[in-house]
Amino acid sequence: MSTAYQIVVCGSIVPDPLQTLEPVTTPTGPALKNEMMLPAVLDPWAGHALYEAANLAKNAPGSKVWLVSLGPKARLQQVMMTVAQKVPFELVALDGPASGFTEAAEVAAVLAEVISAIPSLDKSRLLVFGGWESASRGAGATMQMVGERLGITDQFQGVDELKIAADGSLEILERIEGGKHQISKCAGPPALLGWATGNLPEPKNNPQVGMANMRTVMPALQKARPVKLADDGLSFANVSLPKQLRETKIVKDKTPDDIAKEIIEWIKK
Amino acid sequence: METILLLTHTENDGTLAKSAREALHVAASLHKSLADSKFVVGLIGENVQAAANSIAACPATKYFGVAGKDFSQSRYATDAAAAEAISKTSGATIVVAPATSRWNRVLAGVAQRLGGRVDTHVTGVSSIPTLGVGVNRWYYRQRMEALLNRKQRPWFMLIDPGSQPACQCGSGTVQVEHVAVQLSDACKRTTVIGVREPAADAQTIRPDAQLLFVTGAGWTKKQSDGQAHAPEAEKLIRGFLQLSRASLGSSKSLVDQSGEGQAVLSFLSHLNQVGQTGATPRHPKGLSTCCHGEEPHTVGWRFVAERRAINLDPNCGWARGKADVLYVADAFKVMAKVNELLAATSP
Repeated sequence: MSTAYQIVVCGSIVPDPLQTLEPVTTPTGPALKNEMMLPAVLDPWAGHALYEAANLAKNAPGSKVWLVSLGPKARLQQVMMTVAQKVPFELVALDGPASGFTEAAEVAAVLAEVISAIPSLDKSRLLVFGGWESASRGAGATMQMVGERLGITDQFQGVDELKIAADGSLEILERIEGGKHQISKCAGPPALLGWATGNLPEPKNNPQVGMANMRTVMPALQKARPVKLADDGLSFANVSLPKQLRETKIVKDKTPDDIAKEIIEWIKK
Repeated sequence: METILLLTHTENDGTLAKSAREALHVAASLHKSLADSKFVVGLIGENVQAAANSIAACPATKYFGVAGKDFSQSRYATDAAAAEAISKTSGATIVVAPATSRWNRVLAGVAQRLGGRVDTHVTGVSSIPTLGVGVNRWYYRQRMEALLNRKQRPWFMLIDPGSQPACQCGSGTVQVEHVAVQLSDACKRTTVIGVREPAADAQTIRPDAQLLFVTGAGWTKKQSDGQAHAPEAEKLIRGFLQLSRASLGSSKSLVDQSGEGQAVLSFLSHLNQVGQTGATPRHPKGLSTCCHGEEPHTVGWRFVAERRAINLDPNCGWARGKADVLYVADAFKVMAKVNELLAATSP
C-alpha cells in the first residue's frame, strides 16, 4: 500500500557553529551579541529531518514536503538560498525571533497554528518532522507541544530511522540510553518524529531544485507573518559564559613510551 | 505553597534507575529548602510497588502510581496519559523528573496538556529568597549557562542524568495510591517491538565509564609514510576499549566520513558523536586522540572534568585552554604502547 504523505518539517536557523557566541542583556531579555550579524545555518537536526522528509516523499509518489520556519525574515532568506538547493519543499515562513532564549511553548503555539492553516491538510496522511533538539534552545520540547496542539499522540524523539511497511505502518528507531535504539511500530499517520541524525548524508546542491523551490520561497518570505513572542512568565536571572579556560600543559619532548606510562597512571588514578 | 512531585518510571525489572534517584535528590533538596512545601512521589510502570518501597525512607508524604501492562512500554500516548493523571491527582505545581529518553519524549507534551511549562537538561535547581525557585540549564549546545525562573505552574523540570548525586535513602514499605487511567484504542496505535543494540563485545558507548576516549578524523588520514592505516587504527582503538572499558566518542568529521565514501572505522556511528550535533556525555576523564579540538566538538566535553589529548599539532584547539594536558605525539605509537602496558597488567 502506498500513501501520499503530507510531511511538515519544522526547522529554523541557528548561528553557524564555528562562530563565537556571547550573551548580552537587552530590555526584552537575553540575546546574543551581534545576533543579526552572525552567519546563520539551518538548524542541523532540523536539516536531517528535512532531508529524511524529502527522501520519504521521493519514495512515496504524490507526497509533498513543507518547511515551516520561524526566524527573522532577512536571515531566513539568506539561509534559504542554500537550503532550497538541497531538496524540494514549499516554505511556510514566519517573521520572528529565532533566539534560543524564546519560550518553547509560545513557539509551539505559533507553529501549530500555521501548520493547521496549511490548505487541504489531511491528518490521515500527516507526518510532522523536526529536529529532536535545536542547536539554540536545545530543549527538545517544542515538537512535543506542537504535536499536542495538533492532537498527535504518536510521537517519537531521537529518531534515526523510519521505514514504511507494506501495510502502511511505520517502523521507527529512536535513540535510547547506552547507545541503543528502541524499535516501535506505529499504525500509520498522523505521527510526529523528532529526528536525530538519521542515515542520510547532506544532499548536494542541485540548481534545478533551487530554481523550482525559489518560485515558492520568495513569495513565502514576502508574505511571512510577523510574530512576536512575549516569553510570558519566564525570567532570566543570569546568562553567562562558562569560565573554564584551562592552563594547558603542552608536552612536546616525551617518547611514546613515557607518554603511555603517564596516561595509564592518570587513567588509573 | 508548592507541591513537589518526583515523577519517575520503573525500569524493565521494576527497579529505579540511578537517574531516578538523582532526580529524587533534587526534589527532596528543593522540598527541604521550601519550608511550607509538600513532597510526593509518582511512579509509572508495569508494577510500581517494589520501586516505591525501595525509596520508602525519602521525605515524601504520599506515593501515587499508575501500573499495568500498558505502562510497561516506553510509548508516548500511554506515558502521557499516566503522567497527566498523576500530575493532576497530586496537585503538583513543580514536577521533577529524570531526563531519561522516555521522559524526554513525553513530559513536554504533558506540560502542554496541563497549561504548564517545561525545562529540560536541567543541571541545578535552587531556591533563592530574591528569585524563588530557579533552574540552571545550558543554551546554544552547552556554550552558555542560564539561571531562570517561571511563574507558570505546573513547572516540569527534567534533570540531566549524572549532574546530581543520587539519593541514598533506604527502603521500607509504603502505601501506593493507584491512579486509574482509561486508555482508548488511539493510545495503543504504537507498539514497542524491541531494542536494537550492538553485541555485548561491540558496544562502545558506556555511559557509566570512568573514561571517555575520543577519536578524531586523524586516525584515517595519511600518516608519515604517506599511507592511511584505518585497519591498524581500528585494531588499536578496539584494543584500548576492551582493555580500558572506556566509552567511545568521536568527532563529527570522523563519523561523517561513512556517508562520504572515505576510509571509516566500522564500529563508529553517529551515536558516538560528541559535540554540537552530538552527545554531551558525563565522564570524570576524557582522552582525545587525532582530533583538533575545535569548538563545535569541544562543547560536548563541557561536563568532562579532566581532559587530555594526543595530537601532532601543538597549536590545535586542545592547546588553547581546552585540555589540561596536550601530548604532541603520534597517537598510533602512543596508543600501541598504552595497549601493551594495559594488556600486561590486566588479569
